[in-house]
Amino acid sequence: MIDFLLLLFLVVCAIAAIRMKDLLSAIMILGVYSLIMAVVWTRLNAVDVAFTEASVGAGITTMLLIAALSRTKRGEEGNRQSSISRRSLAALLVVLVTGAVLIYGTIDMPNFGDPNAPANLHVAPRYIEKSHDETGVENFVTAVLASYRGYDTLGETTVIFTAGICVILLLRRKSEQ
Amino acid sequence: MIELIAGKYNYWIYIALMMIGFYAMIAKGNLIKKIIGMNIFQTAVFLFYISTSKVKGGTAPIEWEHAILYDNPLPHVLILTAIVVSVSTTAVALALIIRIYKEYGTMEEDVILEMGEGETQDTEQRLHDLEDEIKDAELRLRDAEQIAKSVD
Repeated sequence: MIDFLLLLFLVVCAIAAIRMKDLLSAIMILGVYSLIMAVVWTRLNAVDVAFTEASVGAGITTMLLIAALSRTKRGEEGNRQSSISRRSLAALLVVLVTGAVLIYGTIDMPNFGDPNAPANLHVAPRYIEKSHDETGVENFVTAVLASYRGYDTLGETTVIFTAGICVILLLRRKSEQ
Repeated sequence: MIELIAGKYNYWIYIALMMIGFYAMIAKGNLIKKIIGMNIFQTAVFLFYISTSKVKGGTAPIEWEHAILYDNPLPHVLILTAIVVSVSTTAVALALIIRIYKEYGTMEEDVILEMGEGETQDTEQRLHDLEDEIKDAELRLRDAEQIAKSVD
């Protein structure tokens, strides 16, 4: 029951965040959304992911958005009257069709929490059985992240490095050029 | 039918979240609103991914002597990486928005597009004027040559 309520609250927050005219309020609601998402992930036993979302998702993303807002403008002007209805109608149509197709796709999915779902039968049992002996780490997520999929994490670091360079290049003052 | 709903309603809520973000990305004119939509879209995908790792009766994937069943650790690892990458994309997108705001003085897509169209029209007009001038100059040159011949 609590899981259902949390998910419902997520939907309410998402709608509020995109409907809010004041951008600062929208960003704060997005922060609330991220924090509730962290709670949902704790409920799903994904504790490491919940930590990351609470610090990176709710913390750094909100901070970046506010920093961007401080260098631009706070209010949303809204669409022009002539184009507003046609554009949002087309968007609504696209979104509804995509959503319907995705919901049709879930009918073939294994049920939520099914221990015999294909995703839980391959590779994962091996990590759970052997990772402590092979890496000496008690947290399976850490073992996989830092050891088995270490190259993945290296790639992630490369992405952050590239993004950092992009941001520096984009925001460089003109006088330095 | 009830079994279907009980087993799948989580997925449907994730899809609803994802579509809310998707709608914001298409329909909202403000660029920051588009980024907010993108964030909602991304977290919905993460939520879907994490939910596939949940096993009924499983505990968190950390070694524990009383545990009978563990949740699948692999999706958690993948989503940890994805969250950090999503923050990087957000940062680059925001930097681009700041540049656009400096250049155009607005974050509204419609206004920026109109300005772009206005600029192309101006350039086309200027090109047209220049072509006319060239034609005039050619005509004058021919006249001058004819005059020169008649003088000879």
